[in-house]
Amino acid sequence: MKNNNAQINKEPKTSSRSLALTALEDFNGFAIYHSGRFVLFAVSFNTVLIVLLIFYFVIQQGLPFFKNFDTIEFFTSKQWYPEADNPKFGALSIIFGSLYVTISALLLAVPAAILAAVFLSEIVSHKIRNYVKPVIELLAAIPSVAYGFFAVLVLAPFLQTHFGLSTGTNALNASLILSIMALPTIISVAEDSITAIGRDLREASYGLGATRFETIFKVVIPAAHSGIIAAIVLGMMRAIGETMVVWMASGNANQIPSPWWDLTQSVRTMTATIAGDMGETSKGSPHYQSLFAIGIVLLAMTFLLNIISEYFLASAGKNSRKK
Amino acid sequence: MSDKKAIIKSENFCFYYGSKIGVKNISMEIYPKSVTAIIGPSGCGKSTFLRSINRINDLIANIKTKGVLLVKGHNVYDKNTNLVNLRQQVGMVFQKPNPFPKSIFDNVAYGPRLQGVKKRSYLQQIVEEKLKAAALWGEVKDELNKSALALSGGQQQRLCIARALATNPDILLMDEPCSALDPIATGKIEDLIDKLQTDYTIVIVTHNMQQAARVSERTAFFCLGELIEYDSTVKIFRNPAKKQTEDYVTGRFG
Ligand SMILES: Nc1ncnc2c1ncn2[C@@H]1O[C@H](COP(=O)(O)OP(=O)(O)OP(=O)(O)O)[C@@H](O)[C@H]1O
Ligand SMILES: [Mg+2]
Repeated sequence: MKNNNAQINKEPKTSSRSLALTALEDFNGFAIYHSGRFVLFAVSFNTVLIVLLIFYFVIQQGLPFFKNFDTIEFFTSKQWYPEADNPKFGALSIIFGSLYVTISALLLAVPAAILAAVFLSEIVSHKIRNYVKPVIELLAAIPSVAYGFFAVLVLAPFLQTHFGLSTGTNALNASLILSIMALPTIISVAEDSITAIGRDLREASYGLGATRFETIFKVVIPAAHSGIIAAIVLGMMRAIGETMVVWMASGNANQIPSPWWDLTQSVRTMTATIAGDMGETSKGSPHYQSLFAIGIVLLAMTFLLNIISEYFLASAGKNSRKK
Repeated sequence: MSDKKAIIKSENFCFYYGSKIGVKNISMEIYPKSVTAIIGPSGCGKSTFLRSINRINDLIANIKTKGVLLVKGHNVYDKNTNLVNLRQQVGMVFQKPNPFPKSIFDNVAYGPRLQGVKKRSYLQQIVEEKLKAAALWGEVKDELNKSALALSGGQQQRLCIARALATNPDILLMDEPCSALDPIATGKIEDLIDKLQTDYTIVIVTHNMQQAARVSERTAFFCLGELIEYDSTVKIFRNPAKKQTEDYVTGRFG
């Protein structure tokens, strides 16, 4: 009621104003609009610029390596002796190590994360979901060094004593921790995409005599697959780029486990190599350049994963808008 | 027709959303192999009643019912009711076409597959038969593997009808099935409804008075959650017993 009165009282004032703007008003509007646009442009341009500079810097520092040393050896040889008199830069087992712990982490995390996402979106009540989801998302904010401590101080002794391993810091340890770290991202994005599937599809399924289980697995998850794939790729990006935890938990042994599926052996990842070695190299030395070369490989991988996740998120968005 | 035995029968049926009343004291009998229309102003409980018949409203939290709602002599709100069986016998077509984001074939085969049909040749036979029954076969027979989402709205709705028919229901519930469609697509669905009533009992909710007059044999008029009048369609539209009904069908109300 009050609002209405206020509006009525105001009305004569506004209607007494002429419809045309004065020249000053016109200019003010023009100036505010364009300066606002300029500020926004400047801010976003800066962000883009910084990203481009990082790209430029890494590539500029790393590219000479591929000119000066054998690129094929870099990708195919396991010999990594960067400080030797006759240095060898075979990064195969380092690249392998990164992919190895990442993929093992995903194998552990994805089924659990998807089940958790289904559970949150389909099974528990809305109220519980609204409490639980922020807590899960909060897990993503725990600093990775804290996870690293957990890996070294809790998980490693546990693995050593209970599984009789010679060392507790190994690929298994790193994969377990990475999978825990990837969970919040995957759960959160997958849950969003499952929740975004409209009620109409569920009703159609129930209406045909499907049970809840059948509806979830035959209709809802297939319909949400783009978002779920995007969630997995985002989780993968989180795992492959993670540095501190793998450095602390993986054992940093420059080797490809044999047999290859033996997770209890130590490995070394690209990120841990860069972080661990960077302090010991002199700027511009071959070793220094080789670390940037690894950086280029890592950058290319995350960039690719980013494009893939963008693609699937975009098509998930398109699907849910259609409905 | 009133000598036929009712296939759906409600006695003082009430439906509550929490403490809010959806419908109250609905008593009506719906006869087999005929089209029954439900009309009434928005929010009067048409959908609530329709969606009670296959208990699709169970998906909403905190619902309560009172009274009896019998389908083929069995109280659907009995706690022993097998919802899977009920919903296979009482198919539903929704207001907005809602095909699954799967192929045309997989949409129609969804129900039979749930019932355990695995053999491809048998599924193919069902899909063809039901798409023909839904007057869609001619338009899609060469592209059964195409996504259902690529069909037009009217085609999607007929696909949804075919999909509902594929579980071999006796009853087909339709909640404003044409409200998202253009007049030509609507005409096709109405023709289809006319054809289907030889084999199925159809209950249709509609806001379109002409549509109710065109397709149905009997019409129920709901208002504010109550059944005001239920009689043959001719009677409801030509010579209703209640003033409220007359006002509504002549457009003076709602
Ligand atoms: N999920 C729900 N929760 C609470 N109240 C509901 C819900 N669905 C419907 N209602 C209420 O129940 C009453 C009947 O609604 P219903 O959807 O059955 O009306 P309708 O006749 O189908 O209307 P329309 O013609 O607009 O589709 C309305 O007052 C509505 O607000
Ligand atoms: Mg309705």
